[in-house]
Amino acid sequence: MYSKPTNNAKNELADYTLFLADSSLLMGHRLGEWTGHGPVIEQDIAITNIALDLIGQARNFYQYAAELISDGNETKTTEDDLAYLRDANEFKNLLIAELPNGDWAFTITKLFFFSTWQFYFYQKLINSKDEQVAAIAEKSLKEVTYHVRWSSDWIIRLGDGTDESKKRLEKAIAAIWPYTGEMFTPAAFEDNLKDSVSIDVSGIKDDWLEKVQSVFAEATLSVPEKMWWQSGGKNGVHTEHLGYILAEMQFMQRAYPGLEW
Amino acid sequence: MNNSEPLWEVFIRSKQGLDHKHVGSLHAADAKMAIENARDVYTRRMEGVSIWVVESKYIHSTNPDEAESFFDPANDKVYRHPTFYELPDEVKYI
Repeated sequence: MYSKPTNNAKNELADYTLFLADSSLLMGHRLGEWTGHGPVIEQDIAITNIALDLIGQARNFYQYAAELISDGNETKTTEDDLAYLRDANEFKNLLIAELPNGDWAFTITKLFFFSTWQFYFYQKLINSKDEQVAAIAEKSLKEVTYHVRWSSDWIIRLGDGTDESKKRLEKAIAAIWPYTGEMFTPAAFEDNLKDSVSIDVSGIKDDWLEKVQSVFAEATLSVPEKMWWQSGGKNGVHTEHLGYILAEMQFMQRAYPGLEW
Repeated sequence: MNNSEPLWEVFIRSKQGLDHKHVGSLHAADAKMAIENARDVYTRRMEGVSIWVVESKYIHSTNPDEAESFFDPANDKVYRHPTFYELPDEVKYI
């Protein structure tokens, strides 16, 4: 079962690792919902590949978090415990990762914002003083580089496409934009690790915005005016959607504890 | 199924291979998308290190009805194979 690490420093490192794991898992799970429903088979496979990349990243972070949490504890925690047996208020993912997919434009917009954030985030995280975190970031960065390319291409295609595709994309951007502020606002556990493990998230905001603006320019779109920001995900305060995802994702392990395939 | 996108033929060069081999086809709106689709459809299991795509309409082929006149005449021309040379024992791998 899920328990807490034995000391504070480790607690914060575990929280940080869980925040990264949860964000990748939820985004991967949402993209996975497209499996078998993609607009054409080629894109169905493409988005499923990305989903699997993200779930793979989540597994790496969960395994490390499980190790940290188990260390010195009587009860051992596994990656599955962390993914399948925590409640919504224990999840630390960015809210953008749990938003429903909506239409193709909405999903692409979520992925583009998220992947671009991951790209600059991991680019810094590879210099983390925690070797394990740095190694996972380095492995993930190659995958994310492709996710940024793929989602950017779709933003350009839809933005500079038909009236209908542009309209849908603009609607998605306006709806998702408030969820991007959270990416660059550190939680307490990020602040407390800033001299060792974590990166300075406010420092990647300009890179992120510049990339978004350059892709939007090519897509004949513009960045929304400043809005208020949604936040809370990193501290376990979530949208109504997370509970539904967990109900579906965790059903098997909760109904049949310890189940193996 | 959206058939408005043109069909593309995909050629992949494997790590060991020197040449690109035809592996299949897929639909895509343009060359850029075709290459990305090919990456996702045909190189997921480390099959390749290089991808070529060409729109299927640009491939011209022989007509199966003419196969007899095209290919059968080569049947009895064994002298076109370089198999009549005496090879010194030192020469290997031929």
